[in-house]
Amino acid sequence: MHSILFIVFLPLLASLIAGFANKGFGSALPKIVTTGALFVSCALSWPIFLHYLGGGEATVTPVLDWIHSGDMVIDWSLRVDALTAVMLVVITSVSALVHLYSWGYMEEDPDQPRFFAYLSLFTFAMLMLVTADNLVQMFFGWEGVGLASYLLIGFWFRKPTANAAAIKAFVVNRVGDLGFMLGIFGTYLVFNTVSIPEILRLAPGMAGSTIGFFGGRFDTMTVLCLLLFVGAMGKSAQLGLHTWLPDAMEGPTPVSALIHAATMVTAGVFMVCRLSPMFETSPFALTVVMTVGAATCLFAATIGMVQTDIKRVIAYSTCSQLGYMFFAAGCGAYGAAMFHLFTHAFFKALLFLGAGSVIHSMHHEQDMRYYGGLRKSIPITFWGMMMGTLAITGVGIPAVFGNPLAIGFAGFHSKDAIIEAAWASGNHGASIVGIIVALLTSFYSWRLMFLTFWGKPRWEQSEHIQHAIHDAHGHGHDAVHAGHDDHGTTAAHAHHGEAAEEGQGSEPHGHDDHAHGAHGHAVPLHPVFTTKGDGTGGYHPHESPFPILIPLIILSIGAIAAGFVFHGYFIEPTAGEEYWRGAIAFREHLMHEMHEVPLLVKLSATIAMLTGLVGAYIFYIRSPGVSQKLAETYAPIYDFLLHKWYFDELYDLLFVRPAFAIGRFFWHRGDEKTIDRFGPNGSAWIVERSSRVAGKIQSGYVYTYAFVMLLGLTGAVTWAINIWATSK
Amino acid sequence: MLAIPAIAAVACLFSSAQGARWIALIATLIDLVLGIGLWTSYDIGGAQWQFVEDAGNLGIFSWKLGIDGFALLLVMLSVFLMPVCIGASWVAVTNRVQEYMAAFLFTEVLMIGTFTAQDLFLFYIFFEAGLIPMYLIIGIWGGVNRIYASYKFFLYTLLGSVLMLVAMLWMANFAGTSDIPTLLRTDFPVKAQTFLWLAFFASFAVKMPMWPFHTWLPDAHVQAPTAGSVILAGVLLKLGGYGFLRFSLPMFPEASAQLTWLVLGLSAIAVIYTSLVALVQSDMKKLIAYSSVAHMAIVTIGLFAFNRQGIEGAMIVMLSHGLVSAALFLCVGVIYDRLHTREISRYGGLAINMPRYALLFLFFTMASIGLPGTSGFVGEFLSLAGTYQVSTAITLLCTTGIILGAAYMLYLYRRVVFGDLTKDDVRAMPDLSLREIALLAPIAAVALWMGVYPESFLAPMRKDVATLEARISRATPAGDSLPTPGKAMALPVQHAEARP
Repeated sequence: MHSILFIVFLPLLASLIAGFANKGFGSALPKIVTTGALFVSCALSWPIFLHYLGGGEATVTPVLDWIHSGDMVIDWSLRVDALTAVMLVVITSVSALVHLYSWGYMEEDPDQPRFFAYLSLFTFAMLMLVTADNLVQMFFGWEGVGLASYLLIGFWFRKPTANAAAIKAFVVNRVGDLGFMLGIFGTYLVFNTVSIPEILRLAPGMAGSTIGFFGGRFDTMTVLCLLLFVGAMGKSAQLGLHTWLPDAMEGPTPVSALIHAATMVTAGVFMVCRLSPMFETSPFALTVVMTVGAATCLFAATIGMVQTDIKRVIAYSTCSQLGYMFFAAGCGAYGAAMFHLFTHAFFKALLFLGAGSVIHSMHHEQDMRYYGGLRKSIPITFWGMMMGTLAITGVGIPAVFGNPLAIGFAGFHSKDAIIEAAWASGNHGASIVGIIVALLTSFYSWRLMFLTFWGKPRWEQSEHIQHAIHDAHGHGHDAVHAGHDDHGTTAAHAHHGEAAEEGQGSEPHGHDDHAHGAHGHAVPLHPVFTTKGDGTGGYHPHESPFPILIPLIILSIGAIAAGFVFHGYFIEPTAGEEYWRGAIAFREHLMHEMHEVPLLVKLSATIAMLTGLVGAYIFYIRSPGVSQKLAETYAPIYDFLLHKWYFDELYDLLFVRPAFAIGRFFWHRGDEKTIDRFGPNGSAWIVERSSRVAGKIQSGYVYTYAFVMLLGLTGAVTWAINIWATSK
Repeated sequence: MLAIPAIAAVACLFSSAQGARWIALIATLIDLVLGIGLWTSYDIGGAQWQFVEDAGNLGIFSWKLGIDGFALLLVMLSVFLMPVCIGASWVAVTNRVQEYMAAFLFTEVLMIGTFTAQDLFLFYIFFEAGLIPMYLIIGIWGGVNRIYASYKFFLYTLLGSVLMLVAMLWMANFAGTSDIPTLLRTDFPVKAQTFLWLAFFASFAVKMPMWPFHTWLPDAHVQAPTAGSVILAGVLLKLGGYGFLRFSLPMFPEASAQLTWLVLGLSAIAVIYTSLVALVQSDMKKLIAYSSVAHMAIVTIGLFAFNRQGIEGAMIVMLSHGLVSAALFLCVGVIYDRLHTREISRYGGLAINMPRYALLFLFFTMASIGLPGTSGFVGEFLSLAGTYQVSTAITLLCTTGIILGAAYMLYLYRRVVFGDLTKDDVRAMPDLSLREIALLAPIAAVALWMGVYPESFLAPMRKDVATLEARISRATPAGDSLPTPGKAMALPVQHAEARP
């Protein structure tokens, strides 16, 4: 299957061409080359996926020797099996659409070649990750996507907030990578190989053995799995290592859609599924995976409920959905985890790209408090977002009360599968968490929709819109859509950057507090907005251009149909077994039991979804004052959520500040006051003399002096050594 | 190879400034070509010592040169970096150009000599004499505080080497020869080994430098001219590692095994300590100097892991660090030449007016923090993988270096390259000239090559590592006698039947 070589390396080639092409070509060449390459890759990937749907064996295409050291043999090679095939279509499809989307979204940016080069580079690294046949190549892809993510988050490198977010993303991911690396070392020590198929073959044999780690002795497989899982937690932004993901929204929106929703962040889930036979050998590790997943799922959803920045709501939603995938994996339902990964890629990319389209129309205003009533002015975006919301909230008709065929949007199939699998595997607690989060998901998703598309326009007071209006008066109406603001070059943006840093970065007292803290609300109906005119301030949003709309339409189809069409292959007992063929640990038994769960469990997700919808409707459409009142009544809880459980502040206090303080301490107290003082400067006469001999450096005085010292020492030590040697 | 730079150095002294530059450049380039010739004709898997050149006994020592895989790679590193150094000084040095070029050429002679010496005392002479031109380079062409820095540098390194000389005398006396290949097969009494090991350690630990003998390095780097830093970081720092590899491990295996805990402990401290110190530096060169200490600690843990991955990893880290930190110092030099300050806060927004610089600097930053696909990763990965087999605790502590390394390097990069252009003098800085690209691009190419296909570099030393491993494992049965602090690591107990 040599097409895999093209799939993987075309994006790299395109990236290099785009990055190094002469500026004289303008931005058209890089855009055409990278987007073209991605569409070719995508076109080659789908046949592979379809081939595996019909049942196919794994293939490995060797590329080049890499590291050979003793028994450690690591080569570059491309492995394709059913699991990889899923990832291939997800990555290349979303990436191709995001490339196309960026034609519209990044139209006015002067650095487009760089942007497209990074996007393609990312795609290459991600493909290397999913085609890895050994852990080290997976790590290569792992870090490669990290690099691309760093570059793209910090794409607008003039913005201080973007830079801070980029570094944070890289460094927090490195914490996870520490675990991953130790996991690789440990795996090599235990199995004497880093080849994934070999490890998976040998893993059951090591179950129950113990291994030394950091002074203690623990169960071998638990140690290895948990170390690797730390890596997965970092990449997939799980509780504790999640803090980088919301900040990563500083990057351009197409990046958020591709990297921070559909592909890179799911790498952790992919890793756990790839190594699922290994995780199967350690029940304890699985419990940890499930607990972390469920905790993240709930935690992120609670935060998502109160955020006001449209992208951050979706970011926390992503974090929460990743939690779903992990707890599915932790319950042993790897097929369900991959299924949710697959459907999530489509609807979450759709939501992000839709949000990008809204932001584009609203002149880069991201605060939902300044939206409202947009469904008429940007109808295609609205319907795209609608499909995404129906998919993420899991709208569908369950197979109960004699209904033979469950049918619904993408998320309906995958999320229900997770909740049912959790119940069937005996983890009722996790299952209940899943149901609660389904309610929260529905609430925050509809809240986003209602705030954005329903109600009255409220953007009169938005700084961005005001700038747009100002520009329109000054330079003609075309400038409104120029979107120059987004490039971080104008004063307006710099200002926004600072405000965002205060309000949503790591500083606890941000503009949210100052501007609106007195009312302690998340609701948009601030008196200011309703008193003047129609709330538009004379600005009328326009629908985005076609390069933006086409991906929305295509992804909408995915969000509608991906669940129904493919659920059989991913999770049905027989078809699943036939499809996966050992690519993941497929618990056929569990998949059978899924259908036997109580009626209430089957219905619960749908009930939760409806409850969330009604809740959001009451809060944000029927009686908007209620949520404000609630927020005021429970101000501490509200603030706690608004500040994201104070994780950033806590880490700043626990890690960042101490690191700098200790660094300064070591430098001044350690190096200067201790080592130098008792070391080279210790003999004061030497220092003194050094200044005196300074002028005589060429005279050889120093050498004479040094030579005398050398002779003396030589004599002394020779004497000592002789005494000692003869005494033995 | 030795003769050409030596002759050229003398020629430099008697020519004009411009002439000296060209003579030096041509001489170093010829040496590079010779080096490549050596590499291609080196017989991998052939005799341990190749290209042996024995000029017979000259009093107490004999002039005998030859290379094995380790020496070959380090000689290659030296001859590769030398033309870069000359190029880096092309316009930056205007004062006493002839002497400056001569000093560099002498350094090259002495470095190659050190790596190829086959006689204990010949090695010592090259090793120590190598200090002198470096001392002069810092002392004469250095910055404001050059005298203090050069003095500190000289004192530290000299004190260490005195002890080494004593040990060498004893060894020659004991074995009746100063021939290194013979000594490599000599088994010294275990009790004496400890003493000898410590004497060598004093010298190599300073050269490395290992914590807490590292304080000379930041000062030396800060004061040295750019090319001086390049050669200091690129080649001189490798002498310590080479010493451990050539002498400490194979000649005193028992002592090495006994004192592994010392090396591992100091290295673990070094990684965390110097990384944290690097984080708070406001001077670019100091920051990179401290990061060098952290990287060198990865070399020492790899060497003292006593296994193949560790040793091969340590060698790759040495080569990689030689390239990458040299390139980073060049990157600092590039902007120093334009603005004459190393203060990080004076810069910012260079990505806007110096995009090519930003790209190359980014590459070297990533190589420095060990991004897979660059040379830094291969070395770090192997070295740590080797150490893991000895001590999980030390590995865990040292692996935190990948987090801290990312933090301080990205923080540096952000402050220098990213952000907005607010300062007029920074805005006026031109992008890389062709000369500067010609210096940096080849290093980037080799670093990438080493990261993607390290086989070219692993192959020449594979047999030597095997020999070394055999030698030390004979002395340290099955690696079990290592009294390391985290020595809970035994082979996992098999209970395969416990699970149905």
